[in-house]
Amino acid sequence: MSTPGLYHILFISTALFFIGVYGFLTRRNLITMLMGIELILNSVNLNFVAFNKYLWPHRLDGLFFTLFIVAIAAAEAAVAIAIIINLYRNHRSIDVEDVQSMKY
Amino acid sequence: MDGSQIIFFMLAALTLVSAVLSVTTRQIFRAAIFLLFSLIGVAGLYFWMQYEFIAAVQIVVYVGGITVLIIFSIFLTQQAGEKLAVYKAGRKLFAALASFCAFAFTMLLVFQHSFIATNKPTVLPTVKNIGTQMLSTDQFGYALPFELVSILLLAAMVGCIIIAIRTKQVNS
Repeated sequence: MSTPGLYHILFISTALFFIGVYGFLTRRNLITMLMGIELILNSVNLNFVAFNKYLWPHRLDGLFFTLFIVAIAAAEAAVAIAIIINLYRNHRSIDVEDVQSMKY
Repeated sequence: MDGSQIIFFMLAALTLVSAVLSVTTRQIFRAAIFLLFSLIGVAGLYFWMQYEFIAAVQIVVYVGGITVLIIFSIFLTQQAGEKLAVYKAGRKLFAALASFCAFAFTMLLVFQHSFIATNKPTVLPTVKNIGTQMLSTDQFGYALPFELVSILLLAAMVGCIIIAIRTKQVNS
């Protein structure tokens, strides 16, 4: 096996991305869908850091993108969980199939 | 195979296996715990790449913040011991097939592409360098996005309070 480098990290991040996509497509519970989104965001962060380390080491741009993505992901998760809790209060369920009051 | 490689493959296996378990397990609390291990694995990969600051941020924000938030919301919205509903096998099969085909296609493109690295001198991602560049206002400084993110966090905080606040029932 060769020394782990950029392609290994890209393999991991791509696999993580599509695991997240699979979770997002198969789950119908809002919290588990949110977990899929977290996996996707993590894979993107891993990509940014790997590109910064292996291809662009004279500047720190990828690192800053990762920092901002982490901050925005935290804000997104907080808002999503507030929405989920509010939904549970109104519908007693957080399954996306059960929430249809705004559909018709 | 030296120690660095062994650590890399262990971290990769930890990340990917716990991510797969997190999206396939039928108990939502276990899904949250497997997500926690997957995020720890990603933080370990950052340590392995010697980006210690990002690894620390990953542990503090994701492992300490978001996972705890998710576990809180599981406790607030889920009955104990209740399993997630099973969905049609066809839908699962289609999702797995679509994900795998997209994964194979992306990996094909990535492995065919040869990336070209710059040969300029390396800037180490030390906390001093990060802080100086993040708060500088001249070229390549990140002061404006930094301020924008702080405003975004404030707006998200206010929005969460507005959304999740318990409104008084008018009719009853």
